[in-house]
Amino acid sequence: MTGAGWQVSKHSARRLKKRYRRERWLKALGVLAITVALGVLVLLLGSVIARGYPAFVKTEIALEVNFKAELIDPGQPGGGRYGRIIRNALFAAFPDVRERAERRRLLKLISRGARFELRRMVESDPELVGTVKKVWLTASSDVDMLTKGSLPRDVPQDERRLSDRQLTWLDSLDAAENVRTRFNWQFFFGSDSREPELAGIGGALAGSFWTLAITLILAFPLGVGAAIYLQEFAPKNRLTDFIEVNINNLAAVPSIVFGLLGLAIFIQLFELPRSTAIVGGLTLMLMTLPTIIIATRAALAAVPPSIREAAHGVGASPLQVVTHHVLPLAMPGIMTGTIIGMARALGETAPLLMIGMVAFIVDIPAAPFDSATALPVQIFLWADSPERGFTEKMSAAIIVLLAFLIIMNALAVYLRRRFEIRW
Amino acid sequence: MAMTMTTMAATETASGPAGHVPPSKMEVSGLDVFYGANQALFDVDMNVAENRVSALIGPSGCGKSTFLRCLNRMNDIIEGCKVSGNVLLDGNDIYARELDVVQLRARVGMVFQKPNPFPKSIYDNVAYGPRIHGLAENAGELDEIVENSLRRAGLFEEVAERMSASGTSLSGGQQQRLCIARAIAISPEVILMDEPCSALDPIATAKVEELIDALKQDFTIAIVTHNMQQAARVSQYTAFFHLGKLVEFGETEAIFTNPEEKRTQDYITGRFG
Ligand SMILES: Nc1ncnc2c1ncn2[C@@H]1O[C@H](COP(=O)(O)OP(=O)(O)OP(=O)(O)O)[C@@H](O)[C@H]1O
Ligand SMILES: [Mg+2]
Repeated sequence: MTGAGWQVSKHSARRLKKRYRRERWLKALGVLAITVALGVLVLLLGSVIARGYPAFVKTEIALEVNFKAELIDPGQPGGGRYGRIIRNALFAAFPDVRERAERRRLLKLISRGARFELRRMVESDPELVGTVKKVWLTASSDVDMLTKGSLPRDVPQDERRLSDRQLTWLDSLDAAENVRTRFNWQFFFGSDSREPELAGIGGALAGSFWTLAITLILAFPLGVGAAIYLQEFAPKNRLTDFIEVNINNLAAVPSIVFGLLGLAIFIQLFELPRSTAIVGGLTLMLMTLPTIIIATRAALAAVPPSIREAAHGVGASPLQVVTHHVLPLAMPGIMTGTIIGMARALGETAPLLMIGMVAFIVDIPAAPFDSATALPVQIFLWADSPERGFTEKMSAAIIVLLAFLIIMNALAVYLRRRFEIRW
Repeated sequence: MAMTMTTMAATETASGPAGHVPPSKMEVSGLDVFYGANQALFDVDMNVAENRVSALIGPSGCGKSTFLRCLNRMNDIIEGCKVSGNVLLDGNDIYARELDVVQLRARVGMVFQKPNPFPKSIYDNVAYGPRIHGLAENAGELDEIVENSLRRAGLFEEVAERMSASGTSLSGGQQQRLCIARAIAISPEVILMDEPCSALDPIATAKVEELIDALKQDFTIAIVTHNMQQAARVSQYTAFFHLGKLVEFGETEAIFTNPEEKRTQDYITGRFG
């Protein structure tokens, strides 16, 4: 078994042992570091997901709704008195509740936004007027959280949001199979609301989309163009050195400063409308530009000089060398840098606060000039809100934001792997 | 000295290719090259004869590649490289302000010391030059140019079946021949070759040497080589460089049989290098 002629002296055996011990130590430390990092990550994701996932389902309550013709003008379904209709339906379901205060508590089971749901139903189907129909309506936030187990049931009444009486009503509705939980599409497509059970990230997603679209459309060509010029064509002198140093400095400037700059330039100087995606996009463009320029320059510099020589050697013009050979080879690196810059812009909150994209906005922005907010700002707004229902929404919005960031970073890695050209 | 000259002249008439002194395709005089503060070439004067092969020999780092790169202004793209002196192509100064360097490189092609195919298909590697210079009217003509160039570079048989494979997937020697095909595809008037055979086996080397011999019918060739036999075999003129200076330049036969300088003799016979 001992290899023939593989003699190890005592001295070198001791050294060998020492070397192995050191290697084991290094490995152990590395594994430890990774374990700690992964642990923290799992903790973070775990707590966010545990708190946020209930927001992806919502509770609904079914009521026998009488679309009385006296309360809705079929010619003008928008002006119907839907609050009244819901009240009637609830009181009909619980005829023995007569006292005013009790009745008000009964109303608390249903979301205040339910009347708009009814209005939308009638608007899309005016035939409903004059009929009686079982309708699923959004439950109030308190009911919602209790049903999903986010709020405890088995505590004394005064530590609960719902009274014993309200619980009895809810249980009787439940017993009649008039309570259900459904996937909460409204969370993705609805906009912000004062009522947690109605609030969604649709508006914030649209705002982020417009903002990032503006950022990408402006920052990508500008950044890549600037980088190509600086890297491939600009003479190397004091001025270009100075520019290079300052681009690197810009990349390190805290984002809030870009927010102030955006405020001063785009809102105060150019008088663009506040709180809009266009201003947000322009501001984030300023912030993303240095990142894209630096990434692009690095990608261009990584193209081996032999390729440039080869292209020059067959008589390609400097522009042809860049567009036919250098740029295609640098593209994966440029894409990666751009995506990482965009991911950073997606998560950016501070500059958007500075330019007023922090307002409570109910309409989903349909264009860059509409008032908008962005996903991270929405998270910030909900985090600030005292109502319990918003905490869950906030965590869910964080999950969505993280999902987008993970997708973008995975895309960057994929692009790098897929289009990396080996020579 | 005078006698040597006469003998040389006699040999020339007896065995020289055409029996007369060929005209110069390129004339270099007073060439100094600096890389930053380092001077790489000192006052080089040399003519490159038309339709002949001129070999550049000399120890590593003596400035052969630098000299070659001056002939098609490849040094322009090197940061901090300064060239002074005269380089004429058909009597015109190639460093003149009004000269278009892109057209110059179409007339003076180059094969580099290290094979550097584009990371594109084999076909596109060869077709790229003709495409950007508009040498082919249609796809058929382009195919023809590509096939011809690959044939002349002795690579066609090996790659005929996989023209769309990447140029970088070839072996080192195949890559070098691909680069030769790429250079001749634009039919330059002068071809500069920087150690084209350094990565080739003897058979491929022989093929390239045959190619060089055939090419000199139509082209003027300058070739850097570390292989003395090769220089002797393929070239009609030889220039020996040492430490940035052109030590000796003349007909290959004279240089190899009867060098004037001791340094040349020592280098050729392998006593230093
Ligand atoms: N890009 C460059 N920047 C700075 N110095 C250079 C550069 N290229 C060459 N040199 C220097 O110029 C001198 C001549 O180099 P050159 O490449 O011409 O040598 P060579 O004769 O081709 O050598 P080899 O046979 O090894 O290829 C060397 O001293 C080298 O260090
Ligand atoms: Mg060399």
